[in-house]
Amino acid sequence: MILSQDLLICRTKDIGLTDFFQACQLQKKFVQEVIDGGTDILLLTEHAPVLTLGSMATESNILLSGEMVKARGIGIARVDRGGEVTFHGPGQLVVYPILNLNKFGRDLKSYLSKLEQVAIDLLRYFGIVANSVEGKRGVFVGPKKIASIGIGVRKWVSYHGMAINVNTDLRYFSTIKPCGLEVEMTSMERILGKSLSMDAVKGQAINCFCDVFNLKITKA
Amino acid sequence: MTVSVKMPDLGEGISKATVASWLVKVGDRVNEGDDLVELVTDKASFNVPAAVTGIVRQILVQEGEEITIGGDLAVIE
Repeated sequence: MILSQDLLICRTKDIGLTDFFQACQLQKKFVQEVIDGGTDILLLTEHAPVLTLGSMATESNILLSGEMVKARGIGIARVDRGGEVTFHGPGQLVVYPILNLNKFGRDLKSYLSKLEQVAIDLLRYFGIVANSVEGKRGVFVGPKKIASIGIGVRKWVSYHGMAINVNTDLRYFSTIKPCGLEVEMTSMERILGKSLSMDAVKGQAINCFCDVFNLKITKA
Repeated sequence: MTVSVKMPDLGEGISKATVASWLVKVGDRVNEGDDLVELVTDKASFNVPAAVTGIVRQILVQEGEEITIGGDLAVIE
């Protein structure tokens, strides 16, 4: 049993609908805070439509030309995270845990697996059976992918994180080869046949995050 | 005195990473803690900081190449 005094403290901050670049700037600020000894923080957001490419991502995994992407009102950003291209947009819950991984074993694989477990637990709460797949990152419902992962780490402090399709307009994913894979994306809305309250999903995501990482939450 | 910058242990099950980009070049002066290089592995990007203050004398692994844990990435004098 874990006693409450053994739990680490983590702040949470719901920053609502954000521009991807603004959210990156905010992450940088908090990463520096945590490097300097500040309390860990979990940011929750949804982004305006944007395609993001990891540091080593292949641009050919964007299936449309740059002009066509822009014409659809979608931004493009290259970011300092692992992983290939992905899409972020309204209706998708994005969580950015900015954690001092020195407190969590300095083990990137274990950290990534824990993030996946947060999504699996969250989905189970809403009645969806999801799982991770050996050799692939992210979370799947059957053959379809519902959550994507890509992180950055500076001085053992994590940033970027995980995107879970809640009520995402899945048509956007037709513009890319998600994560460089031939995979179909799905969402909680698609599986359950109804749109969900983002606030309810965010609240439960925080609960699942605390359970998996043994954290006690304070509001930032 | 020269000091090798080594690929750090990133945890169980990760034996290698790819050099995504060098943030410094040969001849640059770096301070202890400055980020030198961005590595990528298994959906994670990881910056390796300088363990000492000095001048970057050698870069031993080029962008796009792989490095195993404990391998030498660069030399700082």
